[in-house]
Amino acid sequence: MLKIVVCVKAVPDPKEAHKIKIDPVTKTLMRSDVPLVLNLMDKNAMEAALQLKEQLDAHITVLSMGPPPAGNVVKECLALGADHGYLLTDQAFGGADAYATAYTLAQGIEKIGEYDVVLCGMASSDGSTEWVGPQIATVLKIPVVTRVKELVEYGGQWWQVKAGMENGYRLVRVKLPAVLTVSRELNTPRTLSFSGIIKARKKEITAWGINQLGLPEESVGQKGSPTIVSDLDSLTSRRTVEIISGTREEKAEQLVNKLADAGVI
Amino acid sequence: MKKQDSPVWVIAEQIDCQVLAVSFQLIGQARKLAAELGTCVEVVLLGDNISEQARQLIAAGADKVYLGNAPDLAFYQPEIYTEIIVKLAKERRPEIMLIGSTSAGTELAPLIAAGLETGLTAHCIDLLLDENKILISKIPAYGGLLSIICPEKRPQMATIATGVFTSPHPDESRTGEIVPLKVPAELPGRIQTLKVVREEPEGVPLESAPIVVAGGAGAGDRKGWGMIADLAQTLNAALGSTRPAVDEGWTELETMIGQSGKMVSPELYIGVGLSGELQHMVGIVGAKVMVAVNNDAKSQVFEQVDYGIVDDCREFVPVLIEKIKEYREKLVTC
Ligand SMILES: Cc1cc2nc3c(=O)[nH]c(=O)nc-3n(C[C@H](O)[C@H](O)[C@H](O)COP(=O)(O)OP(=O)(O)OC[C@H]3O[C@@H](n4cnc5c(N)ncnc54)[C@H](O)[C@@H]3O)c2cc1C
Ligand SMILES: Nc1ncnc2c1ncn2[C@@H]1O[C@H](COP(=O)(O)O)[C@@H](O)[C@H]1O
Repeated sequence: MLKIVVCVKAVPDPKEAHKIKIDPVTKTLMRSDVPLVLNLMDKNAMEAALQLKEQLDAHITVLSMGPPPAGNVVKECLALGADHGYLLTDQAFGGADAYATAYTLAQGIEKIGEYDVVLCGMASSDGSTEWVGPQIATVLKIPVVTRVKELVEYGGQWWQVKAGMENGYRLVRVKLPAVLTVSRELNTPRTLSFSGIIKARKKEITAWGINQLGLPEESVGQKGSPTIVSDLDSLTSRRTVEIISGTREEKAEQLVNKLADAGVI
Repeated sequence: MKKQDSPVWVIAEQIDCQVLAVSFQLIGQARKLAAELGTCVEVVLLGDNISEQARQLIAAGADKVYLGNAPDLAFYQPEIYTEIIVKLAKERRPEIMLIGSTSAGTELAPLIAAGLETGLTAHCIDLLLDENKILISKIPAYGGLLSIICPEKRPQMATIATGVFTSPHPDESRTGEIVPLKVPAELPGRIQTLKVVREEPEGVPLESAPIVVAGGAGAGDRKGWGMIADLAQTLNAALGSTRPAVDEGWTELETMIGQSGKMVSPELYIGVGLSGELQHMVGIVGAKVMVAVNNDAKSQVFEQVDYGIVDDCREFVPVLIEKIKEYREKLVTC
């Protein structure tokens, strides 16, 4: 049986994320209550796992690290068809950079036990480093392929995948166990079904904190993060705008004239 | 100051034996940092048949080039590239390591950083040193700029997009040392890049286009996006995008402008249905004339452009296209 672990992140809803701003005076983050949602590309990772399960004999475990409300995105994945869900949650995990996040997730994966494929999204919408997948792979000492946009050969010990690159792709051959981070092009995620939601009610989420993982405090969260934010600056506008007014026709005509005068069209 | 002890490193990248522009740009910035630190610039270049390219790196500002030249290294191979660089970094102990945020660099950088158990910052738009000579990476976020540092672990690593820094003028008279690297005869066997396939991009390339039309979430749907694409075509402009437009599947990742996308500096930029979020706007600070079309008069995009049109883009863009066509026709008949 193919054991799949899907790492999913709860991120501030991208449609409202702009509400989180730097206060120009206090230079701290003004957090309005932006709801947490399942990171977009993690839906592609979930979809890849579900399609593999439909074609092969597979078991899907979902794993997330985050505050307790992140449990909702794990639940969403259970409703989509994952078999088991884990949430790594602890005050001590807060403020983690990509490395501390990957380290903690990798420890969770080790504790879950056997795995053949670890699927991640290519990037999260808030951190967007694309690093958590590769760094999980380093901690687990297994290979990684990022930006996977097509599974060419799969099912056996060796997989072949297409990894997106500038104007093209790399064809990569990789031996399991491995981490794959998937891009939007890989598939079209399915939507939640009512029966899925009903079935998910019976599935449980296991929550683990620092003690269950048996990790020293210095290795996780902010303390385990090599990088820190040392300063925040707000920005002021850089250009003075001229708002062009009039009817739609007039606005278009004026704009064309101004751009022609500036010699740019 | 410890001369030569802890160099500033750049991991150069080549595709088909051509060193990428971003590698030269990073060498230029590395020189500035190294001058302040009183140390030297060392560059790692891996590939096949690339001895000549090592000279170019010296002309650009490298004092030393570690050259891995072997058929097995012809293109990016995650396992062996990581192994070579991590091993060398453990010996040479660079103070700073800069990597271009290309697709390969974005995968390689976290593998190296985790291998060295050090910190890495992404999408930097500026790199400078503080009074204690610690590297500050400036990163746009939350409508402002974050300063990120890696106070204890070394090297201090950062990935930077093409176009953030400018390429130094090559100085052919510069001298430097080329150090050949031993490539292990047995490649590690768990992952191989079998081949690299290049597809010709469609349309006008973003990086060099004199006019860029960028669309955002305000396009609303595929039809609205099509109008923005038509505007680009009418102006013979390159089509750019914001992240939501990519996420919606209206366009490809290659068209995304900004911090984690492309940096462009056209003569004319027209942003349609986008909110002027800094993560996008940092990609176009070099533009000469900037225009925004947005239906929200209070949008912050209007603080960052020269001309603003407050209107529904789905209504306005078709009218604008007509007016541009009329203008063009007049030009021909005059
Ligand atoms: C780490 C990180 C890196 C990022 N990197 C990038 C990057 O490189 N590039 C990038 O683009 N983004 C990036 N983002 C995302 C960025 O923060 C913003 O979310 C994004 O740029 C917003 O895109 P938008 O302006 O299209 O959408 P929105 O912010 O949703 O704005 C849509 C705008 O359209 C207007 N509008 C709506 N309907 C209409 C209409 N009918 N007519 C006219 N106007 C209309 C609205 O008033 C609004 O201002 C990054 C985010 C993070 C966290
Ligand atoms: N806190 C987290 N919990 C679970 N998975 C995560 C977390 N952070 C990042 N990931 C995974 O790593 C991917 C890339 O994230 P990032 O490196 O932040 O761009 C995401 O799409 C997730 O699959």
